[in-house]
This record gives sequence, structure tokens and C-alpha cells, in this order.
Amino acid sequence: MTSRPRRALGAALARGWLLVLLLLAWEAAARRAQDLYFPPPTRIVRTMRELWWSGPPSRLWLSDLAVDDFVPSVSHLLLGWALAGVAGIVVGVGVGLSRVAFHLADPVLQFGRAVPPPTLIPFFMVAFGLGTSMQLAAIVFGVVWPVLLNTADGVRSVEPLQLDSARVFGLGGWARLRYVVLPAAAPRIFAGLRVALGFALILMVIAELMGSGEGIGSRLNAAEREFRPDRLWAGIVLLGAVGCVLNALFLLVERRVLAWHRGARRTIT
Amino acid sequence: MLDIAGLSHRYADGHQAVEDVELHVARGELVSIVGPSGCGKSTLLRCVAGLQRPSAGDISVAGRAVDGVPDDLAVVFQDYTRSLFPWLTVRDNVALPLRRRGLDRAERRARALAALAQVGLDGTAGKYPWQLSGGMQQRVAIARALAYRPALLLMDEPFGSVDAQTREDLEDLLLSVRGGTDGPGTDAPGTPAPGTEGMTILLVTHDIDESVYVADRVVVLTGAPGRVHSELPVELPAPRDQIGTRALPAFVRLRTEVGRAVRRPCTP
Repeated sequence: MTSRPRRALGAALARGWLLVLLLLAWEAAARRAQDLYFPPPTRIVRTMRELWWSGPPSRLWLSDLAVDDFVPSVSHLLLGWALAGVAGIVVGVGVGLSRVAFHLADPVLQFGRAVPPPTLIPFFMVAFGLGTSMQLAAIVFGVVWPVLLNTADGVRSVEPLQLDSARVFGLGGWARLRYVVLPAAAPRIFAGLRVALGFALILMVIAELMGSGEGIGSRLNAAEREFRPDRLWAGIVLLGAVGCVLNALFLLVERRVLAWHRGARRTIT
Repeated sequence: MLDIAGLSHRYADGHQAVEDVELHVARGELVSIVGPSGCGKSTLLRCVAGLQRPSAGDISVAGRAVDGVPDDLAVVFQDYTRSLFPWLTVRDNVALPLRRRGLDRAERRARALAALAQVGLDGTAGKYPWQLSGGMQQRVAIARALAYRPALLLMDEPFGSVDAQTREDLEDLLLSVRGGTDGPGTDAPGTPAPGTEGMTILLVTHDIDESVYVADRVVVLTGAPGRVHSELPVELPAPRDQIGTRALPAFVRLRTEVGRAVRRPCTP
């Protein structure tokens, strides 16, 4: 019982010592330099606490400002990612299942993917005005490609013998899709979804910086106007943390859903 | 049960795989098709399974012309690692095809477990195929086919990817599910497992001994293109066993005859 937390601590130390060392070095360097643009980490953390973690314990210490900033940002990010995920999987399966559809759609998809998504934000601003729909459109458009292309690729590369087995044993249409094609393509679909999650964070921030009036990105804009480098740094650190947490949660789900894939790969190699 | 007449198949690249094959298999018969590699054995099987539309000829299973995969047909492929589904447990691999049989979930599971017991795989139901050895994975593939209770079972070099000892075990397993011998994994030797009475089996192999040992009749194919060279009835007493049967003069004579036919130089 006593050795388990100790072992966990040991593992954390073994993996985290470089991070701790870098933080300490940064702290020391920033204190010596006394440069307004480069506040020490402790100052950044204090700013983060003042801005976002000064609320009542009943609300996990989240301040009103935190609720105002996080809720729109994170909800738009997740909503946009989910919409793009569903659209990407549905279209990707359609394109992947039919050779004709794939060859027809491929040039279009390659072009769509090649367009840098932020360049469309000005267009979405004109089309939707500032606000949620513009931001969602930007996220969905930017994020759908890796999901779509990975899904199409995964569906196309299902083992022919697995498809033959499904046919021989009378699994047609939906059953084949549900029990054979989608699971077989799942590793690639998940890879696409993970890349998409990273893109979604980037596009969320860009859309907010370019003017959606709310969220963490607009807080960065405000810090810039008020000339508060510490608040800018607080926003940067917060966004990094959001990215890490989302990725970790995603990996947790992926590890459960694709446990078979990891196991099967381990035994083959 | 199975009637093939004038079957020819030429692939899109011009390769003539089989030519004018004639074959009739009675209900309950186990026929092995043997021939050198590249003589169109697998093409023949894929055509019967409805996975490949032949260029010419007629195939009918249980009196119905094959157009798409016939209803009461199962296949055991050689490559078990790629024909089983690695994302499903062993039990679910065996139970999945039974969805088509109109059974509810509990019935499907019960039948899957029974089939697994029949092939000597009790206690592996909750495992994944890739956690098992090659021979055990091929048993899962056989259990999947047996649980489906097909009228016609096709086996495409089913024992080609396992070691020699496992191969003999699996050959005996095949005989035992047909009720021919007491093999491992059956609690009722000498009687066919439920649902397998009258099951017709077509087994493709390139192993001459195997073709004789398991079959009621051996069909020798020569290639390329594949044609039926000869058909030899196998009249060996049941139950057969690996040591005794293979020592019988009749067995030795048959395997010599089949061997000569197989090794006959190809005629263009």
C-alpha cells in the first residue's frame, strides 16, 4: 500500500526532472533579467490564478472570468471537432468504399486539404459575421481533412481476406460496415481524429484572435491592448495546458477502444 | 450437393487459371483437391464460394446456381491471421456469422461456445485471436465454420500455415467432427457433432498424404491451366489414425498414385 504512491512518485520524477530543471532555470534567468516581456514562471502562475482561479471552492476555484473564457473556447473547440469528426468519417467511408468515388473525389480532397484553413477565416467572417458560427465554420473546415482522408484510406485498406470472410459468412451492408470495415479502419480513423484535435485548438485560437469577441483568444487580444505581457504569457501557458489535457483524454479513450490493435501489433512484431 | 460443369476462368491479365473443370460432389462427401501450386485450386474454390465469377461454366450448390455467395456455405482460409477479426474476441469471431441465422444473442453465444469446445478450445472464448498460437487460431477459424453449420464447407489449404504436429492434430480434428475417428476435442468419438451430419466438405491442399488421409475421394488437378487429371476413390477403413492408416498398403498405393499424377509434367 505504501509502495505504490512512492513508485508513482519515482516514475513522475524520472519523466519530469528535465521539465522541472527547465522551469527552475527559466525562473532564475527571468528574475535576474527583470525584463517586463519575460516574467518568471511564478509570476505567470500568479497571474493565471488571479485571472481564472480566484473563484469559490464550490466551483473548483474557477473565477467568473474563467467561466466566461473557457466555456466558449472549449465548447466551440469540441463541438467543431465533433462535427468535423462525424462529417469526416461519414464522407470518408463513402469515398473509401467505392473505388470510383475515390478516384473522382481524390483531386478535390487533395486540393481542399492543401488550402491553409486560416485563409478561409476572413471569408467566414464576411459570410457569417463575427461570432460562434464563423468560429465553428473555421474549425470544421480546418479539421475535417485529416479525419476524412484517414478514414477513406483506412476503409480502402481493409484486409481483402477479412472482407471475403465477411461475405462468405453472409455479413452484408450495415453488418459488414459495423463489424468489419469500421473496426478495421479504426486505427487510422483515430489517428486522423487525434491530428484533428490539435488542429482544432489552433483554429479555435486563430478565430478568437481574429475577432470572435469571447474566449481565451480574445483575452489574449485584450492583454495585448492593455500591454500586459504577464497576461499574454498566462494565456499561452493555459492554451498549452488545454492542448495537453485534451490530447491525454483522447489517448485514454484511444487506448481503450484500440486495445486489440496494440495487442495484435505487439504479437506480430 | 455440388455440381461443377465446364468451369473455366481467365483473369483480366490473361492468365488462364482453370479450364473446363467438371466435378460432382455428393452430400456428405469429403473430397480433396490436390495439385501443384498454381494449378488453379484456389480459383476453383473462390468460384464455388461465389467470391469470383467464372468466365465460363456452371456451378450449382444444392441444386441452385451459384450467383454470389451461397447461403449454406462456409470457408476456412489458409491465412487465419487475416481471415479472423483481431478486434473481436474468439467467442465473438465465432458468433458473428450467426447473426444471419436469426439467433438471438444468447443463442449465438451458446452455439459459439459449443463449437469452440468441439475443436478443443474451451477456456479461450474471452481471449483475442492474436493471443493464441497459429494452430489454435486455425481451430478458431474451423469453429467459426462449424458453428455456422453449413451444408457445404470449403477449406483452402487450411493446414498449410501450421507446423507438422499441429497439422496432424487438425487433420484428425477434421475427421473427428465428421465422426470418422476419435480425435482430440470431442467427447463423443465416432459420432458427428451436432449440425455437421451430412456436411459436404471440399478441401484444397497441395499435400499428397493429407489429400488421401482425410478424404473419401481425391481429385487431382494439373496445371496450368488447371484441369481435372484424375479422380481416385479413397477406400480406407474408419476410424483412421495418423500412424495406422498411413501404414496401410492401400494408403501407400493411393499416395503413390496421387503423387505420380501430381508430378506429371505440365502440358500446355
